[in-house]
Amino acid sequence: MNVLVYLIPVSLLLGGLGLAFFFWTLKSSQYDDPEGDARRILTDRYDDAPPED
Amino acid sequence: MTTSMSACPACAAAPLAELQSGAGYRGNGREARKIMLSLPTAHCAACIVAVEQGLATRPGVRSARVNLTLKRATVEADADIEPKALADYLGSIGFEAYELDAGALSSTTTERRSRDLMMRMGVAGFGMMNVMLLSVAVWSGASDATRDLFHWVSAGIALPIIAFSAQPFFKNAWAALRVGRLNMDVPISLAILLAAGMSVYETAHSGEHAYFDAALSLTFFLLAGRFLDHRTRAVARSAAEELTALEVPRAHRLTVDGGEEVVAVSKIAVGDLVRVVPGARVPVDGMVEEGESEIDRSLLTGESLPAFAGPGAMVSAGEVNLTGPLTLRVSAAGQDTALHRMADLVAIAETSRNRYTSLADRAARIYAPAVHLLAAVAFLVWLWISGGDVRLSLNIAVAVLIITCPCALGLAVPAVTTAASGRMFRQGMLLKSATAMERLAEVDHVVFDKTGTLTEGKPEVENRGDFGKRELEVAQALAQGSSHPLAQAIAQTGAEAGIRAARIGKVREVPGHGIEADWQGQTVRLGRAEWLGATPLDKTATWLRIGDAPAQAFTFHDALRDGAAEAVAALKAQGLPVTLISGDVPAAVADIADRLGIEDARAGMLPEDKVAVIEGLRDAGHKVLMVGDGLNDTAALAAAHVSISPASALEATRVVSDIVLLGQTLAPLGGSVKLARAATRRIKENFGIAAAYNAVAIPVALLGFATPLAAALAMSFSSITVSLNALRLRGRT
Repeated sequence: MNVLVYLIPVSLLLGGLGLAFFFWTLKSSQYDDPEGDARRILTDRYDDAPPED
Repeated sequence: MTTSMSACPACAAAPLAELQSGAGYRGNGREARKIMLSLPTAHCAACIVAVEQGLATRPGVRSARVNLTLKRATVEADADIEPKALADYLGSIGFEAYELDAGALSSTTTERRSRDLMMRMGVAGFGMMNVMLLSVAVWSGASDATRDLFHWVSAGIALPIIAFSAQPFFKNAWAALRVGRLNMDVPISLAILLAAGMSVYETAHSGEHAYFDAALSLTFFLLAGRFLDHRTRAVARSAAEELTALEVPRAHRLTVDGGEEVVAVSKIAVGDLVRVVPGARVPVDGMVEEGESEIDRSLLTGESLPAFAGPGAMVSAGEVNLTGPLTLRVSAAGQDTALHRMADLVAIAETSRNRYTSLADRAARIYAPAVHLLAAVAFLVWLWISGGDVRLSLNIAVAVLIITCPCALGLAVPAVTTAASGRMFRQGMLLKSATAMERLAEVDHVVFDKTGTLTEGKPEVENRGDFGKRELEVAQALAQGSSHPLAQAIAQTGAEAGIRAARIGKVREVPGHGIEADWQGQTVRLGRAEWLGATPLDKTATWLRIGDAPAQAFTFHDALRDGAAEAVAALKAQGLPVTLISGDVPAAVADIADRLGIEDARAGMLPEDKVAVIEGLRDAGHKVLMVGDGLNDTAALAAAHVSISPASALEATRVVSDIVLLGQTLAPLGGSVKLARAATRRIKENFGIAAAYNAVAIPVALLGFATPLAAALAMSFSSITVSLNALRLRGRT
């Protein structure tokens, strides 16, 4: 059972990374136009990022 | 969502050349301005590209970005670029576009709140998954010290997360309790707090059951419901703000030294002189000091025939000046104008509708006390059975609170309204009010206004056949020289029929009367009946006189709004009786009613008459849907059970409407009642699903057999079933 001493922190760390990633997507306006983003992948223009505002 | 790219004719029509150029204009070094355009018809990938690339080719535009969710384009451009020009350009490549006042769009607070909710939801989801992992170990047989360790780790994750994520519920519950009321958030907060508190106590005493995962998943699912609800309303609210932004209110004020300055309407004072150019909307109430013109009163009274205005005539804010420039002495401005007084009347009339209780509120009203009662009863009965074992009784009471599945109830309504209003928005209908969908579903009678609603308020020549070639050519020449809507209608139909304008000289426009010229040595005139010495007809007409010959009348009827025929036919096919009420003259009303197949048409209605009609129907037990755009309809719109107005309506009118049509067409009206009914049915089904889960889970919990595993299963399954049921609405686009 000693393995739990590593595994629990590891799983929390990985989960925490996911959470940090989610915060980043939120901060960089990636949920402002879900409809538009879903369609933009259909065009062949390269599109870098949502506008910063 | 299933609209394919080929179903977008406007996109296909966008010239290819426009798509080839790249952006790259960096501006002229001076400050940029931000322009917002509303794009009610954009809906696909090709639309995005066409609009963005098209705008990028315009001189002075630095960048353009389309937000398809909000159907809006944000443009950054040089300061001297006129938004109107960009909107017109988009119109020319096939996209309806309206200028928005970027200053009036204050979507930042709602935006921040939606981000805040999403953040809390993400954190709760993270905690739920991690605690669930640990719980699975416990459920699959961890015991003694291992179980306690897992419970302590769970507590370490769950408690701070609950303290952060569940705050919106705690705040709402506290606000309700402070004024002695119960809302949905009270049982929710109680369940979360009791579950967490009880679990900490159990963990400290090496107990077998801890409900940390349940407390977290409850928080997560309910936040999801709250977030959906907020998002739906935020989209509606920001779009409603955009519509207010459609009227950018400015006026031309004459200064003492004879100059002219452009000022905001709010700066105009009584006694000022204001100039109104032809084609502009009158910004204030006032008396004509100088100039003669014709005035379009259709938005205020529903009359489709323009009225004459000369010195001494009174004009009201909201009317449109048609032919000549007018100088007005302001008699009332801003809040005191007739337009605003009418809007104030409406605010009083509106209260009756605010009393409507939504299905969700009705469910919460039964649910909240019932759950508390049940948990309390469970606690007391078990206390009695077990002979005073508080810990066991409290455990069972908490299990009852958790397992009654407020998650399914919390998701039941928002999931459906999100799906349904999203579909309505894609069809070009904007739900402004939270309960509009439910009220629309109950409608059993539809009342339409005529001018500006069923018709575009744009005249169409109907008797071209009565004229000879010679007369048509003269009329064409005269009509081309005027900006009057009737003259333009003649010029347009003439141009389409390939009529060449006769050669005329010395063209003089006599504002308020008509237009006059010399043709082959005779005086020719096109204008009002009185001016040409003819007797006025009882319908819209303009007269042509060549030399001394008797005047001949061009008669007009109103062009139907796009989709009006389909909408009326669809509503009638659903068995809804349709009534037409209008302030216009009987002949014009009968003509439209006849063309649309409406049997019940009433003409010459004053605003009070319209209200009386609606109230009469209401007293007869009908739920009325009123569709109108004019200021004379506002009171009727407010009196109706639910009301719809087109985006072209005045602000005062849109404010009282529950639903606003964003595009030009009326066609989405036909399916809207059906969709609203389907949505309400889904909500009721969802309540049924939640009740069915409870019917099984509550007895189990009451008997003391509920475990954290059972609670987690019941909660997840009911929430997922409810969401899937709601999603069925999206499919049939």
